Amino acid sequence: MKHDISLAVRRFIGENFLFRDDGDAITHDASLLDAGIIDSTGVLELVCFLETTFGIEVHDDEMLPENLDSIRAISNYVGRKLEPRKIELVA
Amino acid sequence: MCGIAGFFALSPRPLAPRGVLERMVEAVRHRGPDDGGVYLDDRAGLGHRRLSIVDLSGGRQPLSTADEKLWVTFNGEIFNYVELTKELTARGRVFRTRCDTETILHAYAEYGPDGVQSLNGDFAYALWDRSRKRLVMARDRMGVRPLYYTVHQGVLVFASELKSLFLYPGLRAELDPLGLDQCFTFWSPLAPRTAFKGIYELPPGHQLIAEHGVVKVQPYWRLTFPERGEHGIADEAQAGEQVEALLADATRIRMRADVPVGAYLSGGFDSSVTTALAKQHNEALRTFSLEFESPELDESAYQRTLVDALSTDHSSLRCKGGDISASFEQVIRHTERPVLRSAPAALYLLSRQVRDHGFKVVLTGEGADEVFGGYDIFKEAMVRRFWARQPDSKWRPLLLRRLYPYLGGLQSQPTKYLEAFFRQGLGASDDPLFSHLPRFALTRRISQFYSGDLRRTINGYDPLEDLRSTLPPQFASWHPLSRAQYLETGCLLPGYILSSQGDRVAMAHGVEGRFPFLDHRVVELGAALAPAMKLKGLREKYVLRQRLGRHLPSSIVERPKQPYRAPDSESFLHAGAPQYVEELLSPAAIARAGYFEPRAVRRLVQKCRSPLGPVSAGDNMAFVGILSTQLLHSCFVQALI
Repeated sequence: MKHDISLAVRRFIGENFLFRDDGDAITHDASLLDAGIIDSTGVLELVCFLETTFGIEVHDDEMLPENLDSIRAISNYVGRKLEPRKIELVA
Repeated sequence: MCGIAGFFALSPRPLAPRGVLERMVEAVRHRGPDDGGVYLDDRAGLGHRRLSIVDLSGGRQPLSTADEKLWVTFNGEIFNYVELTKELTARGRVFRTRCDTETILHAYAEYGPDGVQSLNGDFAYALWDRSRKRLVMARDRMGVRPLYYTVHQGVLVFASELKSLFLYPGLRAELDPLGLDQCFTFWSPLAPRTAFKGIYELPPGHQLIAEHGVVKVQPYWRLTFPERGEHGIADEAQAGEQVEALLADATRIRMRADVPVGAYLSGGFDSSVTTALAKQHNEALRTFSLEFESPELDESAYQRTLVDALSTDHSSLRCKGGDISASFEQVIRHTERPVLRSAPAALYLLSRQVRDHGFKVVLTGEGADEVFGGYDIFKEAMVRRFWARQPDSKWRPLLLRRLYPYLGGLQSQPTKYLEAFFRQGLGASDDPLFSHLPRFALTRRISQFYSGDLRRTINGYDPLEDLRSTLPPQFASWHPLSRAQYLETGCLLPGYILSSQGDRVAMAHGVEGRFPFLDHRVVELGAALAPAMKLKGLREKYVLRQRLGRHLPSSIVERPKQPYRAPDSESFLHAGAPQYVEELLSPAAIARAGYFEPRAVRRLVQKCRSPLGPVSAGDNMAFVGILSTQLLHSCFVQALI
């Protein structure tokens, strides 16, 4: 599951911020801000993508670099957001 | 105001025939539709297209002294020509016309090349001293009027616009990779570099002297600031008085013309000041403005307030995205360099309207932000420097929320991200470019679209290091605001504001812009003021606002700074957009031109066409920058479609 999230996020970042077919150039833990990949309004595009692709709602207080500044952080964050839904489905 | 072109053999040799000179000057007919003339002898050719503004019947050019030993071809205005004529007459010079052009000849005859120091104006000229076999070219201090040149097979070739140069036998247009890289960092090439290989721009405040087979380019004026803590005028009221007196005089001499003078009225503080001062000299002042459909860009409500308050005879032009895309091809033919915003197109349309109303001259408020500390980039640098002293402070970065109130996308960012964006370069507070590092970094994002070929040609060139190497030795001793002002006044002002968004799009329709805030006396006074008189806390243009605000409605004085902008990528991606957009951005055309990576450009176009929310500033700049480069290539280098 996390692998799928990570792949989708990597592809999105590759296509939308690096304008390449994939995001292979980005390491899993690289800071998207420090690397200059996310520009001044890029985080809003990223949030929009996560909400439409994974059906989650990103709350204002969750828009933090801790959640959104690397592919690993984003995958973990989306995974955590999806986890309760998975439990609900199982129950 | 006019267009010039010509050539000068550095050593005796056969010159190009008269027809070449005539074609070169014909290429800038739009700059001077009223008259034309050429002068040719065995060493030099001078060509001129005239926009008649002063001494309508007597100002034909090229103009000579009575003995025909000195000849000049001149583009621009010498605003202090009345005073200068008196001064030179008192020294025994005999004038044959009442035209400002003649003051250049007599100032040179009297003082030699140093005569340029006595000129207060916006000018670019070439003066041929037949006795000394010396050609002197000069350009105004701030870079209002353009002047380009190259040396080809021992001949110095020059012109107001590059298109004339490319008509000289053997000169061909080729885009310069380093010039492009500078454009995609600073918004324009840094003079003397241009967007074209081997073609140079005479930098603002410089003079070129060609004699004895040698070409020397040297400054005759430089913007300078007092050392930190040594600013002269201590009293705010006194400073305000001096600013108003000088600005009033700068406006007065810029109303000199034998044709009616109008004014641009954007709705902002600066053009309101120039309009209010101009109104004192012309009760029936005519004003012009732009309106946009987007509420984020439109300032028409403020414009109406001003028109009511100042009682001007006003016309406005409503500019739509379709108007921008329909004219953009022509705009790039005039800018002759890539642009990163569509804003020049709207001003191109406005100058056409001004001309249609029968006006050749308009005053504008350009320069106030550079001279009196108006831009948000100055506040941004101040906040970042303050924050850098305590990088772990929780509340210092909150001041960032006070910046760029007009940028919706930036304002809607979470604070943590705003912080993270402006944290870039925070540790580099000793870097001379500290104030501009976030802007340069944002603009340089365009480099990710470079093709492999372009990257290889650039080969590790660092435009920031290039800029650092040009800074004056005393730069480090200046206050941080002075340093930021110097960078802004040296890069964006001449390279973009006064060029792509100024002279080139106004002169496309034979309209001359005049800039009271850029009178060098005003610029020098602004530089001498203490930084706190310009940026007081986070209040911009403080002394100017305090003193000149008295002439304006409070809603205009109190409104936050909103720079002039027009819709960018959206102007080119609407249904029914001109065919050239799709054709020039097609992978095949991108590959043929060779500057950018076709697949990356395709993704950018897709993203701008269907954005997830508002298109970011970086993406908009990349889109317009790539499209304008493709147009430049297509217009000047090789037809792509």
